Amino acid sequence: MEHSETEIKKHVKVYISVFAALAVLTVVTVAVSYLRLPFHQAVIVALSIATLKASLVALFFMHLISEKQIIFSILLLTAIIVAGLFFLPVASV
Amino acid sequence: MSGKNHSHDLPFWRKYIFSVDHKVIGIQYAITGLLFLLFGFSLMMLLRWQLAYPGQPVPFIGHLFNESMMVGGIMLPEFYNQLGAMHGTIMVFLGVVPLAVGGFGNYLVPLQIGAPDMAFPKLNMMSYWVYFLGGVTMIASFFAPGGAAQSGWTSYPPLADIATTGQTMWLIGMIFLITSSLLGSINFIVTIVQLRAEGLSFFRFPFFVWAQFVTSFLLLLAFPPLEAAGVLQLMDRLLHTSFFLPSGLVVSGNVVPVSGGGNPLLWQHLFWFLAHPEVYVLILPAMGIVAEVLACNTRKPIYGYKAMVYSVIFIGFMSFIVWAHHMFLTNMGTKMSAFFQITTMIISIPSVVILTALALSLWGGSIRFNTPMLFAVTFLPMFGIGGLTGLPLGLAAADIHLHDTYYVIGHFHYVVAPGTLFALFAGIYHWFPKVTGRKMWEFLGKLHFWPSLFFINGVFMPMFIMGLAGVSRRLYDPIQYAHAQPVQPLNVFMSICAWGLGLSQIPFVLNFFGSLFFGKKVDANPWEATTLEWSAPSPPPHGNFSIAPQVYRGPYEYSVPGQKHDFWPQAMKEEN
Amino acid sequence: MSSPGLIRYISKPHPVTGVTNSKLGIWCFLASEVMLFGALFSAYILLRTGAPSWPRGSDLLNVPLATLNTIVLITSSVTMVMAWASLALKDFSKYRRYMGFTILLAFTFLVVKGFEYGHKFEHHHFPSTSNFYAIYFALTGLHGLHVIGGIIVNSYLLFPGSALWKTEPEQFMGRVECAGLYWHFVDLVWIFLFPVLYLL
Repeated sequence: MEHSETEIKKHVKVYISVFAALAVLTVVTVAVSYLRLPFHQAVIVALSIATLKASLVALFFMHLISEKQIIFSILLLTAIIVAGLFFLPVASV
Repeated sequence: MSGKNHSHDLPFWRKYIFSVDHKVIGIQYAITGLLFLLFGFSLMMLLRWQLAYPGQPVPFIGHLFNESMMVGGIMLPEFYNQLGAMHGTIMVFLGVVPLAVGGFGNYLVPLQIGAPDMAFPKLNMMSYWVYFLGGVTMIASFFAPGGAAQSGWTSYPPLADIATTGQTMWLIGMIFLITSSLLGSINFIVTIVQLRAEGLSFFRFPFFVWAQFVTSFLLLLAFPPLEAAGVLQLMDRLLHTSFFLPSGLVVSGNVVPVSGGGNPLLWQHLFWFLAHPEVYVLILPAMGIVAEVLACNTRKPIYGYKAMVYSVIFIGFMSFIVWAHHMFLTNMGTKMSAFFQITTMIISIPSVVILTALALSLWGGSIRFNTPMLFAVTFLPMFGIGGLTGLPLGLAAADIHLHDTYYVIGHFHYVVAPGTLFALFAGIYHWFPKVTGRKMWEFLGKLHFWPSLFFINGVFMPMFIMGLAGVSRRLYDPIQYAHAQPVQPLNVFMSICAWGLGLSQIPFVLNFFGSLFFGKKVDANPWEATTLEWSAPSPPPHGNFSIAPQVYRGPYEYSVPGQKHDFWPQAMKEEN
Repeated sequence: MSSPGLIRYISKPHPVTGVTNSKLGIWCFLASEVMLFGALFSAYILLRTGAPSWPRGSDLLNVPLATLNTIVLITSSVTMVMAWASLALKDFSKYRRYMGFTILLAFTFLVVKGFEYGHKFEHHHFPSTSNFYAIYFALTGLHGLHVIGGIIVNSYLLFPGSALWKTEPEQFMGRVECAGLYWHFVDLVWIFLFPVLYLL
């Protein structure tokens, strides 16, 4: 990770933009909820917006966009396993 | 360890009690683990009296137990259930894993990778003391009103939700133990990846290191759901939630005054999500130990090292998607049942690859039949029996008849008892010289091995027959049902073998302590082995290596043609 | 060549993996936290799909207050990363300001949460009232405990722990970065908690 002054100042600009995007998305997700969409649609919209917000936090605040491969490998493994934890129990009762 | 505190400057309590040295912590884990193994085994030796002679007062010591445990020396059903639940909990979580991972792993992994210590020494120390706290909580639960947890080591609700206070202490104890495990697993992963010596690539690791590496991922990712489940069960018990309590539950004629709407199967899914990978936590370090002992005592490389590495990685991954084979009888529907049967059958393949590779490693070897080798070689057929008997359990059609019978108990004990425990004994005899600078006495070692082998098979082999006869697990009165009566003589035989197995450990205890003081002193490499721990002194000093090692070759360069000696240490630059 | 007995890659990254020990360690820890909260979300899925009826979150819970808390937490994530950036720019007093703000915002989150919980208890809505409330309290309660944990760590890094900046600035920056990763994760969990519990 580059720590030169210009690099950091670039990062700071990114942080501010991401903050603005997150604020906007928060307002959007709350506004959509007032539309009282049918349940399945509401779930897809809410989770999509949440995933987008989470990705912004992960990629830019947590610097994942420039992170090393070993970190990605661990996260990918975790994602696959937690997916199993989400879908297999509810399919099995 | 930053080089600031030299160990000879530290006061006693910081050098031996609250040490951050991985070797001291490893020994702490090992001794504590061994003591818990003894305690957990004693619970079972006591329980087996009731199974052999139901309703008879326990001789000699029966009067020592208070009225809530035994009346007139006769075991009460509640106490029987406590013995059963705590035997399982203590052996798995306080005994085997702390010894195999906390003990062997902590002590050997930094040495085998040429590191001065673990990546996070203070975290390592904390892991041990949190484990210790968890253990104290578990033992203290015996003195809670109503006694210790008594709903099986599996703690299924609704029963566990409404059980006595001991169950709450079990849950709190588990939270301590899981936390300890999580901190430890982070340490292992970071240490193995980051602190390897120069030249030690991943495919030059001793198989033991690979086994501990995969095990750490299992602990890291599988334990948290059980921690979450524990919190939910605590909420059910203390805050009267209904996570696991269905609507309309009636206990002793009264409707339970909760909101209902919960699902007992939720607990089962979250529990087994951990508990299945947990059984691989129990076996992988053992396989690692066997590989090391076999290579050294056959004076040959391990056959199929690469296949074993790919297999152990594959096992690690698959272990996360087989868990519901413990739940075939919960009405999951044929699609999900088929899914879990298939994954379970698939996971048996890499296990067989590893077992076969280890067995083939014996072929053409120049075999030393010392005590570690006896235990390590025996692991192979014993684990084989354990694994083969698991196959009918993994297939739902057969499991319908065998689930919750003694067949299951026979299966998993074969894997853990003559399997893992024998491998751990092999490890103790093999590495005792490294840790203490002295060898254990061969004679007492063999006196420990042969009776143990006989009695341990005597305890567990008849269980398959009992299970096939339809005898359920966890029965207080073994002759309550007509179909169990014809096989009751087996219970007597098994109990006598269990007590014989207990007596067979006496040579080991005598050997262990006797050799500490009077064993033959040895140098750094008494077994003429190749891996890095044998190039450090016996015992290694704080910081392990006076010069950071450089690795030049693989871990099992034995009997290399053209070398003068039949072993070529990993860190030796020149010819040997 | 490293001196014997010294643990390497505390401040400098490993030449092959490219990360420091603590960076790898904290990501492993976060992976385990994904599994922890994932299990609770899995419980939520199982309980809700198995229930004959399930209330709408917005009918029972205070959406405006929670939206405010969402903004509070997102802002605290920004101040946290700015604290780290300040150290990268070698501006220690800026670091202290941003870290202080992060802790303050975290406290704000807890205070708002306290109002929410208090309101629920006043109206006799407890975890035992229904499974909706049970999982609501379980998820937000565990999340709240993690917020408290973050406050403790960040306070340490703001006060006694900040002495390390003078002797080992790179190591201290690494610690702040790791604390930041943890704090962003706490924010991440809330990003999913909020719509799932309050809006669906």
